[in-house]
Amino acid sequence: MEVASAPVLEFKNVNLRYGDVWALHNVNLTLAAGDSRIIFGAAGSGKTTLLKAAVGLVKVDSGEIRLWGQDITSMKERELFALRARTGFLFQEGGLFDSLTVRENVEYPLLNQFLQNGRPRANPEEIERRVREALRFVELEHTLDKFPSELSGGMRRRVGIARAIVAEPPLVLYDSPTAGLDPITANTIMALILKERDTRNTTSLIVTQRYQDAQIMADYRYDKQRQELVKLRDEQERQQRHAHTQFIVMREGEIIFLGTLEQLEASEDQYIRRFIRHEGIHAQ
Amino acid sequence: MEGFLTGWVAPFQDFLILAGQAFRNLARRPHYIDDVSIQADVIGIGSLPIVLPTGALSGAIIALQMARALSTYGASSEIGPIVSLTLVRELGPVLTAVMVAGRNASGIASELGSMKVTEQIDALRALGTDPLQKLVTPRLIAGALMTPCLTVAADAAGWIAAYLISVPLLHIVTGNTYWSTSWRALDLSTDLAQGLIKPFLFGIIISLCGCFYGLRTTGGTQGVGRATTTAVVAACIWIFITDFLIGKIFVNL
Repeated sequence: MEVASAPVLEFKNVNLRYGDVWALHNVNLTLAAGDSRIIFGAAGSGKTTLLKAAVGLVKVDSGEIRLWGQDITSMKERELFALRARTGFLFQEGGLFDSLTVRENVEYPLLNQFLQNGRPRANPEEIERRVREALRFVELEHTLDKFPSELSGGMRRRVGIARAIVAEPPLVLYDSPTAGLDPITANTIMALILKERDTRNTTSLIVTQRYQDAQIMADYRYDKQRQELVKLRDEQERQQRHAHTQFIVMREGEIIFLGTLEQLEASEDQYIRRFIRHEGIHAQ
Repeated sequence: MEGFLTGWVAPFQDFLILAGQAFRNLARRPHYIDDVSIQADVIGIGSLPIVLPTGALSGAIIALQMARALSTYGASSEIGPIVSLTLVRELGPVLTAVMVAGRNASGIASELGSMKVTEQIDALRALGTDPLQKLVTPRLIAGALMTPCLTVAADAAGWIAAYLISVPLLHIVTGNTYWSTSWRALDLSTDLAQGLIKPFLFGIIISLCGCFYGLRTTGGTQGVGRATTTAVVAACIWIFITDFLIGKIFVNL
């Protein structure tokens, strides 16, 4: 059963091979409540696989993966549903159901929880309220009755975020939330991720290609009053944030770097340096 | 040898596992009743426009061909039994199934394949839904129930078309003889049973082939095309194999 003091997510010596290629090679990783991990890596370095393995969407060959202290590697698909219900997952392109409207997509996790538990149907007003709240969070309340195909890429990603967080999961996994978006939209998405992190203190695991995303995660916070991102000025606050925010660089399924932003910037490794580009951030 | 195992035996084993899980889900909660009725509409009502002409034309063709052959033996009055036996036993079930496979195995495979490549299947799982329960089992139920209904409709269309050819057009029998002899030729326990068991199994094959190849799709949009083609081809081949096996069982009865 669940262990109270256990980390939210833990990888121990996890291995997965597709033929001759390592997707995950001896991966060790620990996330305590409120932690954020930002994962960098070239295409095919195992970032998405790591995220999917964390909730059992991909079965690993060996090692242990623990969600809230429970080993999921030996669990059957059905046993995983309860743990997955406490995890939000944003897929690369949003992963929205294209035959359902935005409203139906966002209410899906809520309705599904009731369906799985065999409980009587949820109060429709309650569902409606939570769906609207989640869509207001991503500022897309006006798209309720549209289909995903009618939305832009950035909007689809935001609906994906709304769907991932509507059930208020304590752990959220983001697969390349900013990939392929223009810098302004990308920053909007990052602002939402920070907003989610700072308003509900969620634990998050983020795969990204943009170095700015890492800087935003480490040096900014969401200001509720002003409803925007503000840079952390206070040194103590910054230290505290950095203690919870660590960076991972993956290569060929292996974690070759794990550390703080300063350590990442100080790295001499050629592969790691590829991901560090000092471009200006256009935070709102 | 290894190629044979990974290329043929392993997929067949995967197929059986999928089939087993889809059947086991029949007894498990949650039941997606809405999805079953949507699929029954898509597979059943949606296939009528192609199944009815197929049945009618095959009935008409049998009547035309047989009228000539039978007249050489002076047995033209036997046209009714011949039409009804060939339709109910063989052509009705098989032609309907092949048409339904062409339309629905491909439709299912491309739908599920697109969902697979756009991570919607993973999204379902991540949200705590069993994709087999939500997607495969409703299609399995709809296929198994609707294909027999479609076959009956095709048989009826063929029967009427054969009547139109042999009575008003060729005048080889009277209407009365046609209907009474063709009806009496059918035996409930063998012909009708055979004519309904076959499409029931074909429906299962069609849905499972569509789902199986759809869910195995890899490699983007191109992969969806490949999955669609393979699903139809596999469904048709298994339809004929099953038809042969059932025919063998019933002939021995």
